[in-house]
Amino acid sequence: MSKPCDKLKLEFESKSVNESFARAAVGAFAARLDPSLEELNDIKTSVSEAVTNCIVHAYPNGIGPIYITVKISGNILDIRIKDCGRGIENVEQAREPMFTTGGEERSGMGFTVMESFCDGLKVKSKPGVGTTVTLTKRIKSRR
Amino acid sequence: MEYKIDERTITLMISGELDHHTLRDTSRELGQIIDIYLPKKLIFDMRAVRFMDSSGIALIIKAIRRMTELSGEVVLRNVPPSPMKIFAMAGISRYVTVEEGGKAV
Repeated sequence: MSKPCDKLKLEFESKSVNESFARAAVGAFAARLDPSLEELNDIKTSVSEAVTNCIVHAYPNGIGPIYITVKISGNILDIRIKDCGRGIENVEQAREPMFTTGGEERSGMGFTVMESFCDGLKVKSKPGVGTTVTLTKRIKSRR
Repeated sequence: MEYKIDERTITLMISGELDHHTLRDTSRELGQIIDIYLPKKLIFDMRAVRFMDSSGIALIIKAIRRMTELSGEVVLRNVPPSPMKIFAMAGISRYVTVEEGGKAV
């Protein structure tokens, strides 16, 4: 039997009201892999963190586009969250737990959550051009 | 936000989805409640939380800062498994008391 392969593309504005939409949409798409409640929550939480980063850091003074692409191949979920915003000067530092430039409303744990809730995290960023975060999540078979 | 007052103990009933979008209002209300009542003990009852990301950590850190100024304490009660996973990751139990229902998945 061939492995199921499928793709989802989303584009929306960097408004905080869209955070719940983004994680719900990706969660609904991922549901076809029959994830456990915990796996589904890991996915939704990680998407929420990545999208919030775009809203808070990529477009601090305005609204810009956020692009999400989700690919399913076999039991692997690849989620790419891309913005064309400010970019990150120092990705290594941004990934440190408790590091934040987001003030009192952020905890500095966003990348740490993504890293521990997913099986893979890649961050590519160029100041002035934008950031792409790629999350990989393997859904364990429950059969 | 619903809350109960018993002398200098305030129990906050946190509900729904706690993310960066909902944090602003919740955080502002939290600040107002602390300013008005100057509690000695602040309990977050989280049984009705359906979703929480790291914004929840920012909220609790704010509460800890304010309650430390008042020489008071912060308690987390009835935390569902998913939010508990986030709190456990941040090592929050070093700074607050986690009561029943607060087991990480």
